[in-house]
Amino acid sequence: MHELSIAMSIVELAQEEAERRGVQVDAVHLKLGALSGVVKEALLSCYEMACENTALQGSRLLIEDIAVVIFCPSCRAQRPLSSVQLFCCPECGTPCSEIVQGKELEVVALEIQECAPNPA
Amino acid sequence: MRPEPRLIEVRKNVLKQNDVVAHALRDRFRAAGVFVVSLVSSPGSGKTAFLEKTLTLLRPNYRVAALVGDLATENDALRLARSQAPVKQITTGTLCHLEAAMVQSALEEWDLNQLDFLFIENVGNLVCPSSYDLGEELRLVLISVTEGEDKPLKYPTIFNSADVAIVTKLDLAAAVEFSWETAYNNIQAVRPGMPVFQLSSKTGEGIEAYLEFLAARLPELRLATI
Repeated sequence: MHELSIAMSIVELAQEEAERRGVQVDAVHLKLGALSGVVKEALLSCYEMACENTALQGSRLLIEDIAVVIFCPSCRAQRPLSSVQLFCCPECGTPCSEIVQGKELEVVALEIQECAPNPA
Repeated sequence: MRPEPRLIEVRKNVLKQNDVVAHALRDRFRAAGVFVVSLVSSPGSGKTAFLEKTLTLLRPNYRVAALVGDLATENDALRLARSQAPVKQITTGTLCHLEAAMVQSALEEWDLNQLDFLFIENVGNLVCPSSYDLGEELRLVLISVTEGEDKPLKYPTIFNSADVAIVTKLDLAAAVEFSWETAYNNIQAVRPGMPVFQLSSKTGEGIEAYLEFLAARLPELRLATI
């Protein structure tokens, strides 16, 4: 169970970004790959804890699940994986070990409110 | 009136801090010509016995050392010290995995130029260590015959973070009716092409092939970094 430390890293990252830009964070948008090693439900409940007594208290964590995409050497094409228990091309059945997508653990965007009126 | 929320792009890897340290470590290891191998497995799969055997058998020909992660005790370091190789314990407290910064600080007093192989034993856990790069050259995932052949299917993420699978406790295979074929097929299903070794740290059966595999990787690393 390392989701709490991951959640704390997310909060820290978002807080730094918000401070730098002088904004208030309403929500954090996160990409979470199926092979990231992080459990979504655990991360969501840890996020709330990690936000306590920080500038992000009350903010939401919006998670976009990222499915695994592999590269099939026979089809010479990227294919979505149908099961993480079977790394084979869904079209031709060739075993595929090259992972193109699915390991993401990335803060992609922040939903914010300006704290001070924009001088422009 | 409440202002409309605005979206700003960030695009930052949550584990960037760990990755930065891990990349720096990997550069340091390569520059020093030390081949770094990490071990992950569930608790009780025989990591420490396997490492003790590895250190003992490599020591006559290579300069070897080990770092061992453990939640609370120093038992593993004491056991490994019997191999007479330098061993350092990283006690993680309640943390379920090693992070690159822990490896970095554990290595502070060590001269990496004096080593050929460095082994890093992670905390027994098949989930959390998968997210953290430690700067290693090769990650071994161990499964013992007593755990059942379906471990790879249950933990595909850790198998996908590793390079080589080691099936341990081969001396108990018959007693638990272990099927090598099923285990091998399951490993290949979640990580096609993964090299697999089966061995017994107790009897030494099968360990030769794995040691030869490791020994062959050291000159490759040094040639690549010249």
